[in-house]
Amino acid sequence: MEYVNPEGLRLDGRRPLEMRQLRAEIGVVARADGSAVFEMGNTKVIAAIYGPREVQNKSQQINDQAVVRCEYSMANFSTGDRMRKPKHDRRSTEISLVIRQTMEACILTHLMPRSQIDIFVQVLQADGGTRSACINAATLALADAGIPMRDLVTSCAAGYLNTTPLLDLNYVEDSAGGPDVTVGILPKLDKVTLLQMDAKLPLDTFETVMQLAIEGCKAVANYIREILLENTKQLEFRRGV
Amino acid sequence: MLKSKTFVRKTRQGAIRKEVREHYLRDDIYCGAPFCKVCDVSGARLSDSASTLLILDTNVVLNQIDLLENPAIDDVVVLSVVLQEVKNKNIGIYNRLRALCSNSSRKFFVFSNEHHRDTYVKEMAGETPNDRNDRAIRVATHWYQSHLSNVVRILLLTNDRENKRKALEEGILADTVESYVKTLGQPELLDLIVQPSSEDVNMEDVEDLRPSKRKVIYTEHKPMSEITSGLLRGIYHQGKLRVNRYNPFEAYVGSESIGDEIIIYGRANMNRAFDGDVVTVELLPQDQWQEEASIAITNEEDDEEDVHLPPSSSDDAPRATNLVQGSAGVSGSVPSRPCGRVVGIIKRNWHSYCGSVEPMPMPAGSGGVAHALFVSKDRRIPKIRIQTRQLGNLLDKRIVVAVDKWDILSRYPSGHYVRTIGVIGDRDTESEVVLLENDVEFKPFSSQVLACLPALPWSASTEDLANPIRQDLRQLRVFSVDPPGCKDIDDALHLVLVSILFFNNISNIADVTNFVHSGTPLDDEAAKRGTSVYLVERRIDMLPKPLTEDICSLRADVERLAFSVIWEMTPRAEIISTKYTKSAIKSCAALSYVEAQARMDDSRLVDPLTTDLRNMNALAKIMRQRRIDRGALTLASAEVKFQIDTETHDPLDIGMYQIREANQMVEEFMLAANVSVAEKILKHFPLCSLLRRHPTPTKEMLEPLIRTASAVGLQLDVSSSKALADSLDRAVGGDPYFNKLIRILATRCMSQAVYFCSGELTPPEFYHYGLAAPLYTHFTSPIRRYADVIVHRLLAASLGIYRLPDVLQDKAQLTSVSDNLNYRHRNAQMAGRASVELHTLIYFRNRQARIVKIRANGFIVFVPKYGIEGPVHLSKEGEWLVDEQQQRVRKSDNSVHYGVLQTVKIHMEVVEPQPHRPKLQLTLINDTDITIM
Repeated sequence: MEYVNPEGLRLDGRRPLEMRQLRAEIGVVARADGSAVFEMGNTKVIAAIYGPREVQNKSQQINDQAVVRCEYSMANFSTGDRMRKPKHDRRSTEISLVIRQTMEACILTHLMPRSQIDIFVQVLQADGGTRSACINAATLALADAGIPMRDLVTSCAAGYLNTTPLLDLNYVEDSAGGPDVTVGILPKLDKVTLLQMDAKLPLDTFETVMQLAIEGCKAVANYIREILLENTKQLEFRRGV
Repeated sequence: MLKSKTFVRKTRQGAIRKEVREHYLRDDIYCGAPFCKVCDVSGARLSDSASTLLILDTNVVLNQIDLLENPAIDDVVVLSVVLQEVKNKNIGIYNRLRALCSNSSRKFFVFSNEHHRDTYVKEMAGETPNDRNDRAIRVATHWYQSHLSNVVRILLLTNDRENKRKALEEGILADTVESYVKTLGQPELLDLIVQPSSEDVNMEDVEDLRPSKRKVIYTEHKPMSEITSGLLRGIYHQGKLRVNRYNPFEAYVGSESIGDEIIIYGRANMNRAFDGDVVTVELLPQDQWQEEASIAITNEEDDEEDVHLPPSSSDDAPRATNLVQGSAGVSGSVPSRPCGRVVGIIKRNWHSYCGSVEPMPMPAGSGGVAHALFVSKDRRIPKIRIQTRQLGNLLDKRIVVAVDKWDILSRYPSGHYVRTIGVIGDRDTESEVVLLENDVEFKPFSSQVLACLPALPWSASTEDLANPIRQDLRQLRVFSVDPPGCKDIDDALHLVLVSILFFNNISNIADVTNFVHSGTPLDDEAAKRGTSVYLVERRIDMLPKPLTEDICSLRADVERLAFSVIWEMTPRAEIISTKYTKSAIKSCAALSYVEAQARMDDSRLVDPLTTDLRNMNALAKIMRQRRIDRGALTLASAEVKFQIDTETHDPLDIGMYQIREANQMVEEFMLAANVSVAEKILKHFPLCSLLRRHPTPTKEMLEPLIRTASAVGLQLDVSSSKALADSLDRAVGGDPYFNKLIRILATRCMSQAVYFCSGELTPPEFYHYGLAAPLYTHFTSPIRRYADVIVHRLLAASLGIYRLPDVLQDKAQLTSVSDNLNYRHRNAQMAGRASVELHTLIYFRNRQARIVKIRANGFIVFVPKYGIEGPVHLSKEGEWLVDEQQQRVRKSDNSVHYGVLQTVKIHMEVVEPQPHRPKLQLTLINDTDITIM
């Protein structure tokens, strides 16, 4: 299968180093403390944050820092075939854990001892790269909730098909069976908080693919920053400052 | 820059599903014309001075690809919508079109109209995909027209009447292929055009010749739906049609559903299927199952038996049928093999064929269109009807023809001329035909490939020698033994007596992978070629000549890099330890088999080299014996050897290939090296090793052998390879050639050994039947076989020297590589055999004699080749007028003259007019009777 044609276009018309179109919106769930919708092309994810609040299960309470919890789920209608998916299957448990660990790494938990932060992410429409979209949505929602963070965590995936590194794989490219490298970084600090790949890739290729994913993360970070700035300006405007 | 647009599409994947894909439209797709003022011209491919840009419709590409490949057609814009449609309809043509687009000498530009902001069209309600694509083509053409209107003419080539009409309505210049080619003024191009079928635009509306007289010859193929349901219900059977090489009116379809081969007799039952087509077959009622060998001959075509080289394995021999029985006159017996007829063709195996035009008189008014019949060299292919305007040129040429269609009204398929190879009978032409027919790549290596070669003159650098992975074996007495005149020496041997108990024995194989790195153009080319092809007069190399004959060749007295297998052996040839290492060697002698044999036989020679040879031979004999005891078969094939004139490359002499002890000695060590390496790589890469197996023949495959043997009173035990080997050894007949003949027959019953990926089969299937080895691979000839290159890489990776290339880590990819290798290997063998056949013909064709004396009833001729002289009797009295005075003879009707010292062609035959008094009879061959091939 030809994923990049000799003219240098991918199946959907992007070039190898291009991302899908990004779109984000803040404050979509009024009841939550912070919420956001994040879209990467046809992948659409909603995130809602509750907290910091009192720890519900006292046995989990930590005295010097906040507990971060995360729940990831996929809406039944998120893929083409409407299937009822079990709630806590292996995959969603794993992604929940990944998102929790990534977010925990950037939230300044020691400022909020004996409290709990709940992150809920749900995939509304899946078209590859849900993991990255979830992290980006969660970051935006955390920022919306005003939770102190070291930096914005952003994430992006990159793959390697037809001996070409490809940025931001969509579903068709993702199911080609090639490697899929998901990277999450703290862009200002230049630190990697997440790195996942479940395939074999020679070391030198891996480095170029990972570098590409990092570039993608930085682009996402710029976009998120713009959105936040825009949002702040609107808040300013509403308050009439 | 990015514009997103989603479109909805329904696809069927078991169930109906709605799929949503993104479709980005761009503004950075350029027109590809270097003179364009607006676009970025860095990727432009069209020529500077183009006066007309052609835009092709899909049907033009699908039907006229041969025309497009002609260099006269240039400055073509290929739209991505066309590429996509072609890809869906015919992947072979798609690949050819892609090759054209990437060929730097051709001006084909791919315009991604589907992703261009201005040329993307959305499907309208009620519009079929086909109409939508046609509209997309028109929109793109329109865009080009407005984009480049004042500079060049944009011409849409389409053979679709509707599309052309709409285009003209929209103000687009459109034309059919035929009328466009006519404007080019090159009549020979017209031959390349495929005649349009009825639904397309007919240029002059050529009426079928005498439509009333045309009758239906073949039955209509069943529609696909009926075929699928028939297959499901089990009334139809699906399989690949194989036409009998010796009788084109007989074909077999191997069907899994009934577990046997279905025989199809006659063209009518074959119903327009070609060799290699995937067909569906319906069984005939049992009372129509004929043992008809005769019906074939009653057909209208000539069918004389050809003299051929014997086939070398069961793969190319026809399955022996009960025909033997049938012709022996056993009547009334119910034939056991099912007969059938073709009802539908699932996949065509049409490609282009080499052959010649059937001789025919020039039609009146030359320059006009002539209908000719094309006769393929491959007898399995029926004659093909072609149209040509250059019949006079083609009559004595070998040409390539492609098939287009075969309808029920026509006895023969129709096709079109593709190109001329050369004059019939010319050695180079015929050799090229051999190569083309066997799909052998023989073009010179491209500049990208040659750029991968190290600079010449090459010598082992100090870095190479100092490299810790390379063991320095230069001081050892290494020598090579090869056929005389061999230039690509890829193995050299070494043996030393370490102590009374140990021999140190080294097989050095040329280190080709040191120069051919994975992923380079050189490697890709070698992988594509798969193997070197040895024709009688030339060699088609897998690797470029500098590598083959110099850098990798382990020649005498030069330092070369090698990959060595080092054994410690006892004098009883038991391997104590095996080591593998890259090395540097310096061969001290490149011997030929004859020289090596002579040294061993000459008892006066006691120099170290000869002693080594003798020791080695002793070991080899033990190893060989052990192998035979294990049940390895000594098979034989009728290998013929030519002596070729060095100047003219014409064959001088012909003889059977002789095998000496020295050959067997080298072979033995190479086998041992292959087996050792196979064990090593399989241990490290159990899922992705490239091995070679030889499937155990089934009982029925050996059936004809047993039958033949029992006919001459021989009992063969075929229960195991060991039993077969033993009974073959016992099969000694009256003459010395008898045993060899039986062995040749045995070889023919078996299938060929094949390469495979170890992850695809279970270990018991790895078995190599012929060698009686549980594991085998090819390691010893990396210069001429690509399989060995792969094995070298595997071995190097297992030693931790290099990383294993990605291609080899993947089971699926390795399998496709090994499939290609098998295909190439087989083709190379077929090409080699075809070349031998060709040279045998050339050899025998040139048996010329000179008339030395004219006599009353004939003349005396001298045959220079054999130095014999003899009389040629002229036939019937009165037909010839002999003038002894003038030493001339002429035919009574004055048509033929012979004079003294003239060259004539004669036929030589040994006849026995009286018992045990053989004599050589010479007869004149009438020049006009001589058929060339």
